[in-house]
Amino acid sequence: MANKKVSTAAMGSSKIDKIIAKYQGNAGSLIQVLLEIQSENRWLPREALDKVSKKLKVPLNRIQHIVTFYKAFSLVPKGRHEVHVCTGTACHVRGAPRLLDSVQDLIGIRPGETDLDLKFSLETVNCLGCCALGPVMVVDGEYHGKMAPAKSEEVLKSYE
Amino acid sequence: MPRINSPAELEAFRKDIISKRDPDKPCIAVCTGTGCLALGAAHVVTALKEEVKKQGLKTKVDVRETGCPGFCERGPLLVIYPEEICYLQMQPGDAQEIVSQTIVAKKVIDRLLYVVPSTDKDEKIVQESEIPFYKNQMRNLIGNNIKIDPKSIDDYLAVGGYSALAKALCQETPEQLVNLVKSSNLRGRGGAGFPAGIKWEFARKSADKTKYVIVNADEGDPGAFMDRALLEGNPHSVLEGLTIGAYAIGSHEGYIYVRQEYPLAVENAGIAIKQAEEYGFLGKNILGSGFDFTIKMHQGAGAFVCGEETALLMSLEGKPGEPRPRPPYPAVKGLWGKPTNINNVETWANIPLIINNGPDFLTSIGTEGSKGTKIFSLVGKVNNTGLVEVPMGITLRDIIYKVGGGIPEGKKFKAVQTGGPSGGCIPEEHLDIKVDFDELAKVGAIMGSGGMIVMDEDTCMVDVARYFLDFLSDESCGKCSPCREGIRQMLKILTNISEGKGREGDIELLEELAEATGDASLCALGRTAPNPVLSTIRYFRDEYEAHIKEKRCPAYVCKELISYYIDPDKCKACMICLRKCPAQAIIGGKNQIHVIDQEKCTKCGTCFEVCPDRFGAVTRLSGEPVPSPIPEEARIIAGKSKKDE
Amino acid sequence: MSEILLQIDGIEVKAKEGMSILEAAQSAGIYIPTLCHHEKLQPYGACRICTVEAETGGRTNLVAACVSPVQPNLVVRTRSEKVDKTRKILLEQFLAHAPDAPALQDLAQEYGADKDRFEKESSFCILCGLCVRYCAEVKKKNAVGFVDRGARREISFIPEIASKECWKCKECFPLCPTSYLQAAYHLTEALVFPSPSFEPASEG
Ligand SMILES: Cc1cc2nc3c(=O)[nH]c(=O)nc-3n(C[C@H](O)[C@H](O)[C@H](O)COP(=O)(O)O)c2cc1C
Ligand code: SF4
Ligand code: FES
Ligand code: FES
Repeated sequence: MANKKVSTAAMGSSKIDKIIAKYQGNAGSLIQVLLEIQSENRWLPREALDKVSKKLKVPLNRIQHIVTFYKAFSLVPKGRHEVHVCTGTACHVRGAPRLLDSVQDLIGIRPGETDLDLKFSLETVNCLGCCALGPVMVVDGEYHGKMAPAKSEEVLKSYE
Repeated sequence: MPRINSPAELEAFRKDIISKRDPDKPCIAVCTGTGCLALGAAHVVTALKEEVKKQGLKTKVDVRETGCPGFCERGPLLVIYPEEICYLQMQPGDAQEIVSQTIVAKKVIDRLLYVVPSTDKDEKIVQESEIPFYKNQMRNLIGNNIKIDPKSIDDYLAVGGYSALAKALCQETPEQLVNLVKSSNLRGRGGAGFPAGIKWEFARKSADKTKYVIVNADEGDPGAFMDRALLEGNPHSVLEGLTIGAYAIGSHEGYIYVRQEYPLAVENAGIAIKQAEEYGFLGKNILGSGFDFTIKMHQGAGAFVCGEETALLMSLEGKPGEPRPRPPYPAVKGLWGKPTNINNVETWANIPLIINNGPDFLTSIGTEGSKGTKIFSLVGKVNNTGLVEVPMGITLRDIIYKVGGGIPEGKKFKAVQTGGPSGGCIPEEHLDIKVDFDELAKVGAIMGSGGMIVMDEDTCMVDVARYFLDFLSDESCGKCSPCREGIRQMLKILTNISEGKGREGDIELLEELAEATGDASLCALGRTAPNPVLSTIRYFRDEYEAHIKEKRCPAYVCKELISYYIDPDKCKACMICLRKCPAQAIIGGKNQIHVIDQEKCTKCGTCFEVCPDRFGAVTRLSGEPVPSPIPEEARIIAGKSKKDE
Repeated sequence: MSEILLQIDGIEVKAKEGMSILEAAQSAGIYIPTLCHHEKLQPYGACRICTVEAETGGRTNLVAACVSPVQPNLVVRTRSEKVDKTRKILLEQFLAHAPDAPALQDLAQEYGADKDRFEKESSFCILCGLCVRYCAEVKKKNAVGFVDRGARREISFIPEIASKECWKCKECFPLCPTSYLQAAYHLTEALVFPSPSFEPASEG
């Protein structure tokens, strides 16, 4: 998880073909195909959507709805570091909103956004199942529990 | 690996596994569930394995990576068998001592044991089952999690796994199975509590060659992780239940719909399917019975509404998760238009128990209308947080105080929220009601899938309602207007109230909107969306009124209604808050009383938290003006004599 | 197809199995208001203006007439205090988005809906989906679709398709109960023709 590459270029089209082939070009597998592309490439470039649309014979307007409906998909490249702040109920009552406020101030973006230098992407997540450690912040898969606003500054500063 | 072709072969194989295992051989079972992994369990495992090797005990000691037993808050944790010694909050550095002390020298390491809270005379508990958190539970479903490696089918077989499948396929007819489940009174654990046997019967009676059975592992409630622990920690129990259900209903294809936010559950369930196929518990002619069944996995892409059964079907078909009108019900027209039976993970996991032990196993536990056990994710402001499995009929008070160990820091209990975004808040006066589908509904909450969030005096109930509506406004599919627009308007009003812009009449307007949304929405997301609002109004109307009339947040949560203030008489100019304030909003210096610049203050509360208890100089104000700061020349603290002047 | 007998507003109505309550009512000349319904399109059940009271087995529920199948012995009330109250507040919520929409004015009057009850949030679209469904089901072009979910749901043209198909069709324009569709189309047109590259709405 640690050394993710940022690729802003479209992913190789043969790779997409392979993923589609794995699901036998079945239109019902649309979401699974898109999820795999998302997980390989970390975002969904326009060309990839066009290709999936043609191969699976699913109209673009439905693909557009799906990639904006489901939260797992991103239509823009992600930053080098993915910051997730848990906003599950338990974290909420333990102060997640204040944590989220200060993280937003610190990196200057709102949930769902990536900063201009492609350094950080910020997302909120619902319950990571570590409620006891709330509020929880995850950076690149590494969990930071019992986060107070002041502590989040220290954590985020340690990322290049 | 062997393919097992009959119940007799299965029993022979099981005997063989068990005979090769020495019950007295020490086994260190380390939880590698998501919670513990997040806390570094993988390093603990590595350290233990190395240590075992280093001390030349590789053949004498097993290190097993297991599923989540529920006490995630104290992770990483482990249990050493056969003594059942439980160690909590492990570090990799403890490995050496564990192996040389506990395993070799049979000495318990005091510092890693559970300490009973509230007794200041360090009372410690050695055995897992004696810890109050576990002791007051009834762990029929998650009890095996710490005993087996979820990646090993042999571990599951060693604890009796797949014997229910053998019995079902070779000794019972599908009708008998449906009747068995019916007479167990098992009700669905996914939220609505519909009797599982009756649902099976509908699907069984739908005449069609192709039928589907589905495990709903979408678990979208933002404060719950029961299904994660089951699917991740004991996946075969879910597969076994599903296969039995498929046989009873007459289906040959099953799906596990699991949210992609649970990568470990996806991984373990995937491995389990492969192993079950290799052993012949899935595939063609299962255990020689002539019954064929396969299971596929489908990952959810992040949408709470897809837990709703018809939205789940849409998603499985590769479409946006917009619920479909019912009727037709899935039992008649489900996936790809075929009869389909959907049950929750925990519902499926109950099936093998019922088949093995008979329906009485369930009916002997619980209340008139709710039988068996239920897993809750007990979180929030409670001492022992984690997953708890309790018999139906236990009181909420017992869950919170006996299992959960009460409210931390001597704070006052305010409410417990059950049922997630579709549920409600239950106040102190109803804490003695029993956990039962109907009882919970009577007080305006629901059983739900098992989220249970404890709230104390520091929780604002308007904020809680606003939180859930905010969640729902994002998670509604947006298709039908009462849900989309009703939630939008209710959220606006709640936001206004929490920002001090509430108006007379807002509560009544909320109630009117709630009624329309609850009555006219297409699916249960919209139909239950008003519950968080209505239940908080019902029990905490005074808090709403304080926000609206006095512009005061009694719990000091709503940012726009509170201020932080440093009492000049108490401030000792220690500079702690001044250094820690992330907004640099504190003016002051050495020997200079600190003052908060209210313009700059972001109300993050850091100063309030860091001000040493013995000073207690930072206070919170709500509904009253902040006193104007004392003049600059009066801020100098000239040693101790200042006060006597 | 077997016949089903039900009661709508006190009148015995004969319907065919598989019919919706709306169809049964229409066949008996009983009026139920609709916004997202269209004869040429699959029933959709989104606007819920067609909400009626349906009583069966002693239980009364509010259901959307356009997507609820008829059942034997069903008792339907197309107007009641509860139905009217629901329609009124739904209309008020629509009017916050599209206060001047012609299709809403008569209904607003009928149900006493106050167009200023909720703060204006003039998106102009009430998300009835007529355009999206017409383009998909009748024209089979899929030039317009939905994006996002919950309170952020919108309609959006697919510029590549719209630029090829829409200028010669525009059959969806008169279906739209508000003025939004044309505005959205013109916006797309303006975006597409100067530069053909498409930026998804959430970018930037
Ligand atoms: C908005 C919404 C979300 C739901 N989420 C889940 C879920 O995450 N898991 C689940 O098992 N059931 C969920 N349900 C309930 C399902 O619709 C369905 O009732 C359940 O899966 C049936 O299984 P059961 O009878 O075993 O409970 C949800 C319902 C609604 C309305
Ligand atoms: S009630 Fe909400 S989630 Fe359900 S169909 Fe309507 S808009 Fe979608
Ligand atoms: S993950 Fe280890 S106890 Fe829950
Ligand atoms: S006409 Fe029935 S919901 Fe719109």
